[in-house]
Amino acid sequence: MDGAPITTTRRDLLRYAAAGGALVIAAPLAACSRQAEEASGVRETQASAVGPFIIINSDESIQIAFPNPEMGQGVDTALPMIVAEELGADFDKVSVVQMPLELMRGEDGEITWKYIAQGSGGSYSIVGRWDGLRQAGAVARELLIAAAAQEWGAPSGEITVEKGLLRHAASGRETTFGAVAGIAATLTPAVEAPLKPREEFTLIGTPQKMKNARAIVTGEAIYGIDAEVPGMTHAVMARCPYFDGTALSVDDSAARAVPGVIDIVKVDRPPLGGPYDVQAEGYAVVAENTWAAMKGREALDIEWAHGPFADESTASFKAHCEELLQGEGQVVRNDGDLAGAFANAATTHEAYYWQPYVSHAPLEPQNCVADVRDDEIYIIGPMQFPSSANRMVAAKLDRDRLSIKVDITRLGGGFGRRLTSDYAVEAAVISDAVRRPVKLLWTREDDMRHDFYRPSGMHHLRACFDENGDMTGWAHRLASASKYYRRPNMPETDYWGAELYQDDFPAQLVDNLQMEYFSARSGAPRGSWRAPAHTANAFVVQSFLDEIAHDRGEDPLALRLRILGDSRDLAYENHGGPTFNPGRLAGVLRLAADRGGYGAPMGPGRGRGIAGHFTFGGYVAQVVDVEIGPDGTLRVPRVVAAVDVGTVVNPNGVAAQLESGVNDGLSTALRLAINVEGGRVITGNFDSYQLMRIAEAPPEIETHIIDNGDPPAGMGEMGLPPLAPALANAIFQANGKRIRELPIADQLRI
Amino acid sequence: MKLNINGQTFDYTGDPDMPLLWYLRDEAGFKGVKFGCGIAQCGACTVHLNGRAARSCVLPVSAAEDADITTIEGLANGETLHPVQEAWIEEDVAQCGYCQAGQIMAVAALLEENPNPTDEDIDSGLTNICRCGTYTRMRKAIHRAAALHRGEA
Repeated sequence: MDGAPITTTRRDLLRYAAAGGALVIAAPLAACSRQAEEASGVRETQASAVGPFIIINSDESIQIAFPNPEMGQGVDTALPMIVAEELGADFDKVSVVQMPLELMRGEDGEITWKYIAQGSGGSYSIVGRWDGLRQAGAVARELLIAAAAQEWGAPSGEITVEKGLLRHAASGRETTFGAVAGIAATLTPAVEAPLKPREEFTLIGTPQKMKNARAIVTGEAIYGIDAEVPGMTHAVMARCPYFDGTALSVDDSAARAVPGVIDIVKVDRPPLGGPYDVQAEGYAVVAENTWAAMKGREALDIEWAHGPFADESTASFKAHCEELLQGEGQVVRNDGDLAGAFANAATTHEAYYWQPYVSHAPLEPQNCVADVRDDEIYIIGPMQFPSSANRMVAAKLDRDRLSIKVDITRLGGGFGRRLTSDYAVEAAVISDAVRRPVKLLWTREDDMRHDFYRPSGMHHLRACFDENGDMTGWAHRLASASKYYRRPNMPETDYWGAELYQDDFPAQLVDNLQMEYFSARSGAPRGSWRAPAHTANAFVVQSFLDEIAHDRGEDPLALRLRILGDSRDLAYENHGGPTFNPGRLAGVLRLAADRGGYGAPMGPGRGRGIAGHFTFGGYVAQVVDVEIGPDGTLRVPRVVAAVDVGTVVNPNGVAAQLESGVNDGLSTALRLAINVEGGRVITGNFDSYQLMRIAEAPPEIETHIIDNGDPPAGMGEMGLPPLAPALANAIFQANGKRIRELPIADQLRI
Repeated sequence: MKLNINGQTFDYTGDPDMPLLWYLRDEAGFKGVKFGCGIAQCGACTVHLNGRAARSCVLPVSAAEDADITTIEGLANGETLHPVQEAWIEEDVAQCGYCQAGQIMAVAALLEENPNPTDEDIDSGLTNICRCGTYTRMRKAIHRAAALHRGEA
């Protein structure tokens, strides 16, 4: 963002100041990503106003609101750090609070952000809010300086700020933020304030613990599932289990007779072929409490039509992908002359890889509270893009978006599932029907069987080398059901864009390269799952490189490094661009290899694998150790990870996300798959979807950060993609077994 | 029936089969107890029943009659946090935090039985699920909590 103007007015500032005797500052509107815009339906425009953003109280306490929803990625601490750095606040005295969703109607009548973009996704919170939050902090600091200058009759240029103190060295005077906040609130803020040069950062780059830790360990933190409004009822829904199926008949008499049941409400799904607002049609049981609603649901007698995908199973979908790969697909990138390269090759390499559908499974299942009234609607729940809930509910119930207030709670995990607010639409439809406030709860089975799954697919990789040992050709062919699910306005020829990122490694590093996509048919709903296509493609590409290296008798790290080459910027048009620097990827590979003892001799049954990947602007490499027992039991005693995400705001947060990526990557690779039979998902709870527990988690995860002062990237997703291939490569070293299908499950059992 | 929750007595007259979890959350107002799976797999709903960890999502209210029930809200002694809570803050364990109340309750019960657990004891004694993958810090926090609990730190 290039200094969006802050057109706060003196009158507004005074109003807020009078309200609390405090200095209150709004953030300028920061740019939001196209992805954010698409999810939220909020246009990116320039707007600004005064709002509850920074509050400096006369008792020196400071409250900073973080605009983006917190789902475990650490924005409740990292975003306020950015503000506090420029403000010059003592971070120990800062408390943090979730900023409510604030929308407004722009002069052109379109809905826009009132203060700043407010969504969490695409590892974009730090990147997207960086400029705006720095400006907010700087503007507030300049106001405080101006207030002190007025008090002391000193030139503002001679006043310095440090940890909540203002000083004038020449006169030896000193005062606190709180002491001048009242005066500052009467001054007109600058349109744009100077930002600190990086060398003067004292808070950014220092490890900070999460601000909300105490509320979490005492059980006081409020998640969506904990939200309450007066007169609230409770609902659960019976949804059609079959992909795109419908209800043929329902007998709800027994359900209505269950004590505590208030009403049964039909929730329709939109016509097939149209965009979805709710995923599946079904019947909601509204009751006095959750348990009565669940009992009522059990008593419903519904006959479902099996829908157009009745014959789909995991096996049939896999066969479908295999068959597609026999033909010719849509060539989406074609550099040089691939056929010529293979015709003249000294060696060629080829492998197929398979990945299943996986579920987001945030530990807090979907839920939402809705209170629909004649002239206003209140929504509160766990959403990555609360503005999308506002947009979807407005469309479904044909209301003015500004008559719908959406409050943001803490999220019990997101992982991309809560980019879609279908559960908010359901809750609103139910509340609209019964005209009472409703809390809709999804049970775990609802959540797992009505997810928007990470796409499943079959990959076909080929590579060739010339007589000098240089890689001259690379082909990546993929048959999958695209994440672009039910997008009637998008031609199927665009579906590849969510599954193959055309500028990903090794594009531009090998002369002859082809990417080819086959759009597979599946009824399973798909969506964004943490690091979307990067998880699939990093596994495939980084495993295949390892295979090639072993085929050639070359060290897998050395092969990667010579393909990557030196530090330079290559064009990267996908999310995380505009550039990809292969030298930075080589840098994290070298660091992880060095700290992880890569290449050291390992004993029998032991292996040490490496992989690295560029995800959404961040570079991560991991070295994974494995021990495989005589019975095939796998243990991962240690993972060493190196990351380069440019300027690091909170190194502790970066380490936490890296650890999370390692554990999520391992958990998913080990055992996770969503299985389909008869046109429905049969996997339904944690007994069959076996998330990793502490016993299998690596006891040691070492994280190393490279920070060369490049612009900041995010950290929510990039820790995950390298884990599965590094693990698979370690397994190959340990026992010679090449993992080409996920999950690993019992492939190691003897 | 009478239910003793965090030192308070509650009267319950509803369905005796209702899982304790839903009574605690919907009626008694102890929302720190979380719903995760409903089949005693994830442990987000862990409470103490007479000092022992129990998964309240599959425990009928009737099974808790006359027992001493402790939820996360009752674990601290006033403003003084339980050593496990303190260690969780020190090691900065939580990410989304949703599972952590259940993890903390499970660990607090584990330490009552075994004040000095080895890594193997932790592996077999703690089966709660953390979807964010905070296990590495959790293990450190358990050892720290054990030391605090024994009065060594």
